[in-house]
Amino acid sequence: MSVTFLLLILVGLAVVGFFFGRARALSTVQGDTRRLHSLPQYYGAHVAIFAFVPAAILLCLWLAILPAINGFLTQNALDPSDIPEGRDVSLVMEEVKQVAAGLDKAVAAGTITAQEADQPEQIIDDLRARFGAAGVALGGDVRLSVLQAATTLRDARATQRTVLTVLLIATALAGFVWAARQITPDHRARTSVEFSIKVLLIASALVAILTTVGIILSLIFNTVEFFRMFPAADFFFGMTWQPSFQGESYLGIIPLLWGTLYISLVALIVAVPIGLFAAVYLSEYAGPRTRSVVKPLLEILAGIPTIVYGLFALLTVGPLLVDVFGKDGLLGVTWMGGGTSVMTAGLVMGIMLIPFVSSLSDDIINAVPQSLRDGSYGLGATRSETIKTVILPAALPGIVGAILLAASRAVGETMIVVLGAGAAARLDLNPFEAMTTVTAKIVSQLTGDVSFDSPEAMVAFALGMTLFVITLGLNVLALRIVRKYREQYD
Amino acid sequence: MLDNTIYNERLDTMNDVKISARGVNVFYADTHAIKDVDVDIKDKMVTSFIGPSGCGKSTFLRCLNRMNDTIDICRVTGDIRMDGQDINAKEVDPVQLRAKVGMVFQKPNPFPKSIYDNVSYGPRIHGMARTKAEMDEIVEKSLRRGALWDEVKDRLHAPGTGLSGGQQQRLCIARAVATEPQVLLMDEPCSALDPIATAQIEELIEELRQNFSVVIVTHSMQQAARVSQRTAFFHLGNLVEYGETGQIFTNPTDSRTESYITGRIG
Ligand SMILES: Nc1ncnc2c1ncn2[C@@H]1O[C@H](COP(=O)(O)OP(=O)(O)OP(=O)(O)O)[C@@H](O)[C@H]1O
Ligand SMILES: [Mg+2]
Repeated sequence: MSVTFLLLILVGLAVVGFFFGRARALSTVQGDTRRLHSLPQYYGAHVAIFAFVPAAILLCLWLAILPAINGFLTQNALDPSDIPEGRDVSLVMEEVKQVAAGLDKAVAAGTITAQEADQPEQIIDDLRARFGAAGVALGGDVRLSVLQAATTLRDARATQRTVLTVLLIATALAGFVWAARQITPDHRARTSVEFSIKVLLIASALVAILTTVGIILSLIFNTVEFFRMFPAADFFFGMTWQPSFQGESYLGIIPLLWGTLYISLVALIVAVPIGLFAAVYLSEYAGPRTRSVVKPLLEILAGIPTIVYGLFALLTVGPLLVDVFGKDGLLGVTWMGGGTSVMTAGLVMGIMLIPFVSSLSDDIINAVPQSLRDGSYGLGATRSETIKTVILPAALPGIVGAILLAASRAVGETMIVVLGAGAAARLDLNPFEAMTTVTAKIVSQLTGDVSFDSPEAMVAFALGMTLFVITLGLNVLALRIVRKYREQYD
Repeated sequence: MLDNTIYNERLDTMNDVKISARGVNVFYADTHAIKDVDVDIKDKMVTSFIGPSGCGKSTFLRCLNRMNDTIDICRVTGDIRMDGQDINAKEVDPVQLRAKVGMVFQKPNPFPKSIYDNVSYGPRIHGMARTKAEMDEIVEKSLRRGALWDEVKDRLHAPGTGLSGGQQQRLCIARAVATEPQVLLMDEPCSALDPIATAQIEELIEELRQNFSVVIVTHSMQQAARVSQRTAFFHLGNLVEYGETGQIFTNPTDSRTESYITGRIG
């Protein structure tokens, strides 16, 4: 039976369990719910949980270890001599899996009968054509050894499915019966359901934390791997970025960091004043009507995918800047060679960050108690005096936090720089030169055919790690500042 | 706005009246918080507003320096004149008005700045001191008037929010008197103070009366009787009775006033 079907059975059992548990609880007290410890539906839920959860956990575990077991089995079925010279075991294994899946599909499509599929050696010459008829494309003719391994794999899977079905249904029924037998008027079903809910919540939190930890660990391992192939000092202090897949690469991060920081700086110079002023206008001057229109508009700006901003940089802002600062431009200077530059990417990224800065600052300014404003107005201060001398100083730590958060977004931003900043890693002061960033280089090192055994590809992890450490540092700093500020009014 | 004949009719005495309010109504969205109130605040006198919680004392007080302008949903109608000038007129700048009509709020609201900066805030924005020494003098004088000087003179640069609740309230009083207002509106200034500080504030009120008029909202009948010359009793948004303090407390004309001051409604 397929996993989907098994799951359906489990759900069905749980539903039956719910109604059964409820009915049973009611019948133990002859319908007088006041004599039950918990409300009847808690008894139902209790049975449903015990019917479903243990079996579901079993299913998850099973699905998690099965591939490893099957991989081991198939690999045993393959003779070492079956693996062609210079080919990786994993590639052959892939092939085996593909053939096994192909057989399943062909049987389902009817181009191979089930009997034939059990002994596919007999139709090996015909196999490719029959696969083709079922819509399964094979790279080459099927080798006998692979086919045999595939057969082993299919056999193993068939057995496993039967075992799984039996095991699952047994577990589910056992849980069902065990829970159902517990039901007495005094049984604390409410407590047990509460406990299950707590476990569910903890499990969700764990998933979130563990995946983060997993991502960080994989980053760290791969970074360490990279530093085995490439000296760390050359990476951190190298002034040149010149990867070449023929070897002799210069993988210095400094030019990339410079580009990242320069572009982020331009972006912040654009975003911080505009975002902050917009926030001040919205929270202190605008009436409720204006606010209700402008705030959502700003939030739409925040919802635009960054690739669209990238296009905007490439197609509109870049050419516009060239018209002004480029050759034959309005200013008659030739600061700018092409449309891609630090300025292009920085400006557009700044626009992207405006709603981010303004909505965070708006929240922070609104958190300044009205009584402080009243106090200032009551002394005869004007609005702008109040903002300048009372509200902004009170909100300053929070605003700094917001700016740091914006900075960490700017540092991590990718699409806008890929399209707007150019690809040349350069250490230059001219903001109209094309430069590139850490994120853009991660993309370019990993696009196309890459094998993860060269430093040119693995450098992406070291770059990612560096970026992660920078943004993490900024976020932690920002959070600390924001938290400190929170305490002020409590 | 009332037309002139009615206005003159309702105007009993114009001499030594600092602020006169006629036919004032206040609405918060649909709530009718103040209903057709007429009050004269006399110059160089203390007027107290008493009445049960929620009857509109704070709301009416806030009309006198147009603080209700800062509340979006609040609408004020009627005629309020200070020295004969309609304070709600277009040409009156509420900011200037508030410099002349200072306010101490019901809840202490010191700025998250130093004690010194809190007190010098008003004088600074109004350019009242030319030198640092003058400013120091204003700050000291105001803190003394607020009965706070002795407690804070060694830590003028500590944050004002670090003071105790009662000290914060006195800081707010010092802050308000620092701008030398002509009228001082005090909304329950002593509700967080101990008897000693209360006595000091009452002394300050008495002193302020020499030059300014003071309006004080209080829940303490004794305080109203002690410090004020005139008392207004509000009930459910109406001004029930207004007159000489002695007369209100000894011989009220309205039965509601009598019930309130003897503690039967509240
Ligand atoms: N900002 C506001 N928005 C809406 N309604 C308000 C607002 N402020 C006051 N009110 C309403 O106006 C009425 C009068 O309130 P006000 O604060 O003037 O009472 P008060 O007499 O000062 O009471 P207390 O002695 O408790 O301070 C109340 O019914 C209150 O609910
Ligand atoms: Mg009040």
